[in-house]
Amino acid sequence: MPRHKLIASESDGKDNEFSLYYVEVEENSQGGQEKQTTRDGKRRRERNGEVSRRRASEKRTTEVDNKRAKKKHEKRHKTARKEGEKHEKRQRRKNADEEEAEEESNKDKKNIKNERTKTLKRDDEKEKDVKKKRKKHVKNEEDSANFEKTKQKDCHDMPLKEKKKKRKKPETTSESESKSESESESDSAPESKDNQAVGVLGSLTPEELEKLKEAVDERKKLIATMRGKPWPMKKKLVVLRSSCVLQRQETLLIISFLYYSNCQKWMKFQRDFENFKTACIPWEMKIKEIESHFGSSVASYFIFLRWMYGINMILFGLTFGLVMVPEALMGKPYGSIPRKTVPREEEASAMNFAVLWDFGGYAKYSVLFYGYYNSQRAIGWLKFRLPLSYFLVGVGTVAYSYMVVIRTMARNANEEGGGDDTSFNFSWKTFTSWDYLIGNPETADNKFASITTSFKEAIVEEQESRKDDNIHLTRFLRVLANFLVLCCLAGSGYLIYFVVRRSQKFALLGLESYGWWERNEVNMVMSLLGMFCPMLFDVISTLENYHPRVALQWQLGRIFALFLGNLYTFIIALMDAIQLKRAEEEIVKKNMTIWQANLYNGTVPDNSTAPPTTVHPADIPRGPCWETMVGQEFVRLIISDTMTTYITLIIGDFLRAVLVRFLNNCWCWDLEYGFPSYSEFDVSGNVLGLIFNQGMIWMGAFYAPCLPALNLLRLHVSMYLQCWAVMCCNVPQERVFKASGSNNFYMAMLLVILFLSTLPAIYTIVSIPPSFDCGPFSGKTRMFDVIQETLESDFPAWFGKVFSYASNPGLVLPFLLLLVLAIYYLQSTSKTYKRVNMELKKKLQTQNEENKKKNKLAALKAANELEQARKAGETRSSSSQHTQNSEPPVSSTHTTTRPPASRGHTSSGHLPGHPQQPQKNSHSNRR
Amino acid sequence: MRSGRDPCAFSRMDLFTRKKVQPTEPILIPHGELTFLTKQEILMAHKIFSELQDRENGPYSSRVSMEKIHTLPELKSNPFRKRICHVFSTSDMKDGSLSFEDFLDLLSAFSDSATLEIKSHYAFRIFDFDDDGTLDARDLEKLVNSLTGETDDTRLTGEEMRQLISNILEESDIDKDGTVNLSEFQHVISRSPDFVSSFKIVL
Repeated sequence: MPRHKLIASESDGKDNEFSLYYVEVEENSQGGQEKQTTRDGKRRRERNGEVSRRRASEKRTTEVDNKRAKKKHEKRHKTARKEGEKHEKRQRRKNADEEEAEEESNKDKKNIKNERTKTLKRDDEKEKDVKKKRKKHVKNEEDSANFEKTKQKDCHDMPLKEKKKKRKKPETTSESESKSESESESDSAPESKDNQAVGVLGSLTPEELEKLKEAVDERKKLIATMRGKPWPMKKKLVVLRSSCVLQRQETLLIISFLYYSNCQKWMKFQRDFENFKTACIPWEMKIKEIESHFGSSVASYFIFLRWMYGINMILFGLTFGLVMVPEALMGKPYGSIPRKTVPREEEASAMNFAVLWDFGGYAKYSVLFYGYYNSQRAIGWLKFRLPLSYFLVGVGTVAYSYMVVIRTMARNANEEGGGDDTSFNFSWKTFTSWDYLIGNPETADNKFASITTSFKEAIVEEQESRKDDNIHLTRFLRVLANFLVLCCLAGSGYLIYFVVRRSQKFALLGLESYGWWERNEVNMVMSLLGMFCPMLFDVISTLENYHPRVALQWQLGRIFALFLGNLYTFIIALMDAIQLKRAEEEIVKKNMTIWQANLYNGTVPDNSTAPPTTVHPADIPRGPCWETMVGQEFVRLIISDTMTTYITLIIGDFLRAVLVRFLNNCWCWDLEYGFPSYSEFDVSGNVLGLIFNQGMIWMGAFYAPCLPALNLLRLHVSMYLQCWAVMCCNVPQERVFKASGSNNFYMAMLLVILFLSTLPAIYTIVSIPPSFDCGPFSGKTRMFDVIQETLESDFPAWFGKVFSYASNPGLVLPFLLLLVLAIYYLQSTSKTYKRVNMELKKKLQTQNEENKKKNKLAALKAANELEQARKAGETRSSSSQHTQNSEPPVSSTHTTTRPPASRGHTSSGHLPGHPQQPQKNSHSNRR
Repeated sequence: MRSGRDPCAFSRMDLFTRKKVQPTEPILIPHGELTFLTKQEILMAHKIFSELQDRENGPYSSRVSMEKIHTLPELKSNPFRKRICHVFSTSDMKDGSLSFEDFLDLLSAFSDSATLEIKSHYAFRIFDFDDDGTLDARDLEKLVNSLTGETDDTRLTGEEMRQLISNILEESDIDKDGTVNLSEFQHVISRSPDFVSSFKIVL
């Protein structure tokens, strides 16, 4: 219904006839509806008025010959206006009295039907009579009413021309007139009409009526679907001309023209918008290029990198917009309070590059780190609640990350669930892999290469899955490999532990006396381990002889364990450092009181009320601020990690490629295909590096708001650098495998890392009291007290009360229970759905096979019959002419052995993708 | 008056009288009823087609040879360009030359709004290199060879090719007669997620 309404209102101003038609449809289908909103009723009344005007005009001229009526149409139109007024009143009464209206509309329907049967009958009797032609339209309208609905659904399939519209206009007018004619008759004088119609009704059986309708429908369908037929244009034209008499019956399609043109514009806009959107996706072309050279797995790394970039962009937006910028703009300026000033003893070296590179000096006392933020509750003219915002952004960062990761995982799972039709893997690769839009020879070359790669991928995969080897040997080798890997992991864990302990010793003795290596030992050892251990694992994994995809997952799992061990050793070391700092803080606190007492006693002995203005904030003693220390550590870790990645990239890939390329001419063996060769792109290692990098961001972002920004920078540079490195100095992997299967594997690892990295962060936030003199939460016993404070002071009292009620265990526990129950319920329903889905699939398949068998049998039978008939005919002819016996049987056997044409036609309809086909085919056959 | 004319006349849209195309040449523009193209697209197609005709020796010869069609950038690097021309050509000479109607047929089948059914039908005929109504092993081999390009380093080895073809037949040849027929082909294609989006040529 809404569609009709829409069109009616659209065409209201331009073509009254159209609106008329639709109002009528509306009325018919709404006849049974009793309730209507007043506004709707009003609008309808208006339309009804319009209708009734017309109806009245027709009422007078029911007896007049139709042909004459057409000519005098304009005249009548004018005279009818007056009578329309009267009719309108009647119409209003009708609307007011709803029961009556219902009755009436029911009668209307009946009358219309009678009228139609009458006209149909006449039509049947004198089909070629030109004078009665106009009566036909009533019938046509009935058909086209049905037709119309389908038309509008796929109106974008059916372009109509403006000219057609113009030409058809007069006819439409007359048609709708005749329609309204019958309407008005039945409306104004139901009784008389009834009597009239009953007389004609008996002469036509419903079957005949149905047949007629069907025939017209069929022809119409044929024309509508003509372009959907794979015929050459000539044939189409011939068919069109032969049935063009029907064309005029489709006059009402014009109505859909208006709708259609809008539809078309909207479609075009949508298409353009889609194009625009794809053009907006960053690095799409780069990734496509890489994909075509290196296969989908390398491309999947870059897609993952891009996805990461997107997430970090949002994290950066959050921290930058809600924490850093407000503090920088509205907070107290640098140098106003101790936490925002470089202390006196560090001032001399605060601008040294080495110190800044280490994020000490001015960088430490800036908006980049936790310690700089003031605990003032509201800052600036906006009364921005900075501590609250800081806390919420920290929580929101984590929450958003969880949401995104889980959502992506769910979507990936969905895709896998929907696309588990891997039964056509090879066929799809063959039949659908060419992109016909490619118009650039270079792209075409890339496409050729990528298609070949994908073929090879698929073939190797298939071969791998069929391979069967000595089980005992492989088992032994696998156990051995796992043992070796465990040894590696334990060794690296001990190394890190050792280094961390050593560094703590150094730290106790004072870092200044040591060189660069001692200061950066932990980071360097971690980076080096992260660099060399995966190579070791790779070597070990060749022992195992797994299917490459499984091997990839094992490899990933091992590197994951290595990184995780490293990270957690690092965190444990950090925790120790935090404890040390807190002990130091206690001492500073005590000293502080002594210092203050000294200050007051020494400088202003008499007037204790005046503030000690003479003391510069740089001179005030302060605590060690462990939060900033943690932030600094993470930032340093990220920087050193990034540096190692880039340096390995340049040395390991670029220099190697350069050496191999240029020394190859003067070397005793072939470098390019021999030992060093070019490096392959290590997808798994890179992905894991990315994941752990992100884990560190999540861990450290609370204490160093600059981390997302740094990471964004790093990812951006990585994107270009790695793209370049891949294209210029790597060779495609020999064993390339699709990454789609491992996509969710990466995501799962990311989720685990996210969880593991939020654990320590949450632990520190919840259980360690914040430093007393730095950061937005200074002076509070716990960081989350800021929520409590906000609730108490910024919200009305009742809200705090409600909150405290809601947070008591009596409410929280049942709620948690409910959540668990809901999860369980959803899980079990999803399982059931899955099972049902599988069963349906099976059913479909069996049905398919059955249908195919049936069709085959039928085809065979038909062929046999044909043969028999031919034989019979042959014997008859041979009895008369008793020569030429060899040729006809050959052709007949040919038909039995190869019935593909007929089978193709019939069986295709029963394939689940094409349920409609058999009808169409039968139609075309019948024609 | 328009109403006095042949009721079928609207199908011969005289769109081109406005564009001052040779009036002697009766151009039938089968509009939306017969193709999936819009008016603008048909006009565009006509422009391109008449440009191709201009370069031909005879002025406005009704057909454009296959070589001329292949100079279109949209078809230049398509490995199936010869097949496409042969499939859409209605020429009696079997030389792959296209008349304007054939050209429109081509564009319609490759247009955005063409149905999966028609696209898969033409795809089948394009892939059916020997025009015998089924895709047999030789057709598939030719198909794979055109997909992997002409150069030797991208071409699959004999072993790989055998493996590939046997896999394809295993998947798509549902009735196990050694060939893929149209209905099997359409069955496979209809499940493919990206066939409709890639089987497209836009002028």
